Amino acid sequence: MSEDKSKISELSRRGFIKVGATAVTAASMPMFFVKDAWAAKDFRNNPGNAGSVKFGFNVPQTGAYADEGADELRAYKLAVKHINGEGDGGMLNTMKPLSLKGNGILGKKVEYVTGDTQTKSDAARASAKRMIEKDGVVMITGGSSSGVAVAVQGLCQEMGVIFMAGLTHSNDTTGKDKRRYGFRHFFNAYMSGAALGPVLQKEMGTERKAYHLTADYTWGWTQEESIKNTTEALGWQTTAAVRTPVGAGDFSQYITPVLNSGADVLILNHYGKDMINSLTQAVQFGLRDKQVNGKNFEIIVPLFSRLMAQGAGDNIKGILGTTNWHWSLQDEGSKAFVKSFGQEYGFPPSQAAQTTYVQALLYANAVESAGSFYPPEVIKQLEGFKFDGAGNGPTEYRADDHQCFKDVLVVRGNEAPSSQFDILKVEQIVPRSQVEYDAKIFGGELGPYEV
Amino acid sequence: MDAILLQILNGLDKGGAYALIALGLTLVFGTLGVVNFAHGALFMLGAFCAVTVQKILTISMKVKDESITFFDAYKEQPYLEIWFGDFGTAIIDWSVPISILLAMPIMLLIGLAMERGLIRHFYKRSHAEQILVTFGLAIVLQEIVKSFFGANPIPSPAPGIVSGSAPIGVLLGLGESVVYPWWRMIYLLFSGAVIFAVFAFLQFTTFGMVVRAGMHDRETVGLLGIDVEHRFTIVFGIAAVVAGLAGVMYAPILPPDYHMGMDFLVLSFVVVVVGGMGSLGGAVAAGFLLGILQSFASMNEVKAIIPGIDQIIIYLVAVIIILVRPRGLMGRKGVMED
Repeated sequence: MSEDKSKISELSRRGFIKVGATAVTAASMPMFFVKDAWAAKDFRNNPGNAGSVKFGFNVPQTGAYADEGADELRAYKLAVKHINGEGDGGMLNTMKPLSLKGNGILGKKVEYVTGDTQTKSDAARASAKRMIEKDGVVMITGGSSSGVAVAVQGLCQEMGVIFMAGLTHSNDTTGKDKRRYGFRHFFNAYMSGAALGPVLQKEMGTERKAYHLTADYTWGWTQEESIKNTTEALGWQTTAAVRTPVGAGDFSQYITPVLNSGADVLILNHYGKDMINSLTQAVQFGLRDKQVNGKNFEIIVPLFSRLMAQGAGDNIKGILGTTNWHWSLQDEGSKAFVKSFGQEYGFPPSQAAQTTYVQALLYANAVESAGSFYPPEVIKQLEGFKFDGAGNGPTEYRADDHQCFKDVLVVRGNEAPSSQFDILKVEQIVPRSQVEYDAKIFGGELGPYEV
Repeated sequence: MDAILLQILNGLDKGGAYALIALGLTLVFGTLGVVNFAHGALFMLGAFCAVTVQKILTISMKVKDESITFFDAYKEQPYLEIWFGDFGTAIIDWSVPISILLAMPIMLLIGLAMERGLIRHFYKRSHAEQILVTFGLAIVLQEIVKSFFGANPIPSPAPGIVSGSAPIGVLLGLGESVVYPWWRMIYLLFSGAVIFAVFAFLQFTTFGMVVRAGMHDRETVGLLGIDVEHRFTIVFGIAAVVAGLAGVMYAPILPPDYHMGMDFLVLSFVVVVVGGMGSLGGAVAAGFLLGILQSFASMNEVKAIIPGIDQIIIYLVAVIIILVRPRGLMGRKGVMED
């Protein structure tokens, strides 16, 4: 018996030595055998052992979208607070799965620098480049235009820094111009069309003649194409699709041909100031009071923004469109974000604020999950990432094109607003399954992980 | 036929705005010799007079929406409506025409302050320096407006009675579908009246005669013992009032934003150059001409032949006119040719 005991004891001692030796060997092995291996591999703006990392917030601080840019910046500052464990935590309390612990990213405090895109591609690229080269940011995010998003995304791919797009709705951003280093949480023109289709059919029938006025740049073109595909599938005819210069101001020369075109629907593929002006002027020309082909003339604004819609005043009332998110949503993620944002700033966040806030959290979470800031590893964490609790229901970052798939909102200009923020009324939350599509239809190549 | 009529009206309307801004630019250039890049900002400030009057008239009692707890959401009811009922509503409805009364003295003061406070110090400097300082001033004015009103356009509707469209097709026997907004027709008449008033002022008053004489030969008028500089300062004020009124009346057509002046300024400079530097008649004629050409170039039939022509027509015409007539349509010899 005693012999047996000593034998067991001897084996245990040997075992202990073996385990200890293995552990010491493993600990002394090169870093790439362990989780945080890539921390040792050098890459652009590797934070190394620094106690903090910097994000680059590239938003329009001047120009027509400056108010939207200011709201994005507010959301980013809130996101940084929450990531660093300050404030009430916002969506960190609702987002699942979540690796973030409220102590920064991988224990590093998040700081930020800002740049002004001016809603111009060249200015946006220059400002992103400055933040990457001079400020050493690990990630660029923001923007309020597809032209800017595509331009900055291309630069970020070249420079090996991840770009988390802000408000960009063109199909091209995650279609023909998609990039491995670019990710879009915001919805796109295809989804707007797919979400609007059934509502248009129900409200306006299948025998309509549509006239498009389209902003003459990447976003306008893809929205026109997507909405045309949707309406023509319903049986509608497209009477004309006219391109208008961005920032035209006075659209009267484009609106008067609508009067005699035989069309009974005007689709305004305009955003921001162009949308405000074209809608205001279309109403002045009496289009909403017209009867054509025995039907009430209708105006549709496929992409709505509450922040920008205020400029159109009463003209927005009753107009149908889509939006990515709205502060009145009652899911836990939206409520948590609206509460944090509202208490911080005294008013509700815009859809631009929500998408940028979520983008900042998603990047931070991906780094935390990867255990490294090494971009290829972070990209792999984001690709195919499924999450919930960030508004818009269960969401997936599709690996094939880096487009987020989630619920889309069909909204209508509120006829009887109860407050100054109650401009849009959510008509329908269109489920994600209705707006999904095959990534191949828009072509494009993501490009390499290693640059 | 009806399409052409509507595009002519569009062109005249747009041309009216161009002509009013270009008229002021030319007045300032012809009298003071200053290329005023801040002139577009005066147009914008005029529009914001309308916004300000509307904001003042709609100062409201706020009733908090208790269902919203995370921030202050409230429904507003203007005090004017509470105090005066329908009469208060009517005053608010007419805020844009009312703001003309406010805009005239304010724009005059702004113009005088701008000239006395800054621009007069640059009379003897080069045109390049004048352009730089006035451009800088325009940016400062824009940013001041942006800090108060934000970057988004602000709706400034026309009075309800003229917010719809006039059935001009029915009146002219062209059918019901030919309509044109009442406010745009008012704007057209208004711009015509202001242009006429400025010309009449210059043509039929002693003050105007001195100004015209000063535009031709400042030195000789000065030698006659007339204080030309004083009169030119007033001309700057008048130019500011004209630009401001153009802005006020344009507010219902184009919801004002801080950048609207810059959008019009570039086109108005093209108008001045096409009309001929220093020529008041040229500025007005070129304003209407380019407005109409821009409207016709936007017709689908024209765009089908030359795609994108609507975006370049003004510059194309400017290039051709400068090549054929280097001084512009009605330019005077010796102006900006030193």
